[in-house]
Amino acid sequence: MSDFWNIWVWVLTLGSLVGCYLILRWCLKNFTDVEEGDVSMGHSFDGIEELNNPLPKWWSTFFLLTIIWAFGYIAFYGLGNWTGLLGWKSSNQGILSLAESKAKTAEYLAKDSGVLVQYDREIARADERYGPIFDAYAARSIEDLATDSEALKIGQRLFIQNCSQCHGSDARGTTGFPNLADKASLYGGSPEAIKTSIMHGRKAMGMMAWEGALGGEQGVKEVAAYVISLSGRSVNAELAKAGKANYGLCAGCHGSDGQGSLALGLPMGAPNLTDNIWLYGGTQRAIEESIRNGRAGVMPPWKEILGEEKVHVISAYVYSLSLD
Amino acid sequence: MKNTSQSSSKNKHEKVEKNVGLFFLFTVLAISIGGLVEITPLFFQKELATPVDNLKPYTALQMEGRDIYIREGCNNCHSQMIRPFRAETERYGHYSVAGEHVWEHPFLWGSKRTGPDLARVGGRYSDDWHIAHLLDPRSVVPESNMPSYKWLATNTLDGEITGKKLATFNWLTRNRSHKDENGNAIPLYSQAEIDGAADAVKGKTEMEALVAYLQSLGHALK
Repeated sequence: MSDFWNIWVWVLTLGSLVGCYLILRWCLKNFTDVEEGDVSMGHSFDGIEELNNPLPKWWSTFFLLTIIWAFGYIAFYGLGNWTGLLGWKSSNQGILSLAESKAKTAEYLAKDSGVLVQYDREIARADERYGPIFDAYAARSIEDLATDSEALKIGQRLFIQNCSQCHGSDARGTTGFPNLADKASLYGGSPEAIKTSIMHGRKAMGMMAWEGALGGEQGVKEVAAYVISLSGRSVNAELAKAGKANYGLCAGCHGSDGQGSLALGLPMGAPNLTDNIWLYGGTQRAIEESIRNGRAGVMPPWKEILGEEKVHVISAYVYSLSLD
Repeated sequence: MKNTSQSSSKNKHEKVEKNVGLFFLFTVLAISIGGLVEITPLFFQKELATPVDNLKPYTALQMEGRDIYIREGCNNCHSQMIRPFRAETERYGHYSVAGEHVWEHPFLWGSKRTGPDLARVGGRYSDDWHIAHLLDPRSVVPESNMPSYKWLATNTLDGEITGKKLATFNWLTRNRSHKDENGNAIPLYSQAEIDGAADAVKGKTEMEALVAYLQSLGHALK
């Protein structure tokens, strides 16, 4: 703050405090021609009279106390450019990047900095308390954590807080957002694969719209019928047979037997078509829709938002869901 | 009736109490002190007019999305202001800082959270999630009480005044420090961007615009 505004703040603040005191003192004097107490001021309406009573003692005392309190408050919390006896700040508002935020936090948390950033103190206290818990978890494997009921409780809380919006509070997903509580997975169900998925996110290579390449609606219908038949459901045999002729187009990602890209060892997120699990719906119509317009699921990366330690615990929770 | 003092010159209270103009003046003086001390100096503070390092102007599509956000009143239920408390930053990310908002007109901080804060919602969910959620919030969050905004998917933008909006923002932010590598002040939008704004949004749905806006939120502080 420039000198001008610093002086501005000081003068207005102290001026109004002193002003409040002077007004109070002035109001405590009797400026009327009438005596205090039961003497009327001459205003009388419907038999109700205005009396010249002084300000109540308790009220003026409290008013005085608030003025004294204000000086104490200023002394501790500062005024204008003066940071006060505590060197108090709520947060580091002037920062221009996360790196600067971190640097400022480290600088002010140092014992001799003379600055007390309330938010940073709050975080430091929380880290002191929760840090060791997460450190201990980070040192253990995800498989191990998945058998620790305390860790799973924390993992579940974090999951509900951050993941349930898409995957559901029971982790069973919904149309377009994978069920995490079954054994199927698009990018791998191993602890490491789960952690990678959460840390860095996943972006399906994306299924293109096939209507054109399949020669229109009939082609879509046929391939859909064949795809449904892969999981052993009954379909119109003729349609499925015609669809099979075009399935070669799908095999590049979904595999020649429809076993999905994961079984082929490819990280493109093309689902297994033989397990009767349907991310975008398993009805004839829904499957036709997927083939007609394509699909591309995206899982955002959480590394920056949650940090690795929390992701580690969430991974254990998600992994535990697929255990019997 | 006892002793009266209506015409007393000694009764100084009456001068204020019986003179509306004077009473008004003193009242304004009294209630403006707080604002003069706490708000006015902020207008002249450098840190409140300096954009954070990674702040980017809205693209034409994001700008249209921002206007839809305002039109639909999203800010009535969603704040865009993460306060510096651990309870908030654990959920939403780093607290909001002034430099993230220097180009905002108007600020969409909001003051009420029926829904969650959106200051850093960008990148937390996929586009597909936003679309599903705006069409039918309960299809993804069964506990939600957010209304459905189905019409966004069918309304399309014509982009007729998008360029004007960008030009207006150039004017609104003319005094904010938006600098090039050499430190020269530059407008938020180039003439080419303003001229191309209509084509950039024409035919896009309001849904696309709003999702683009939402996905842009919160990336400036990196």
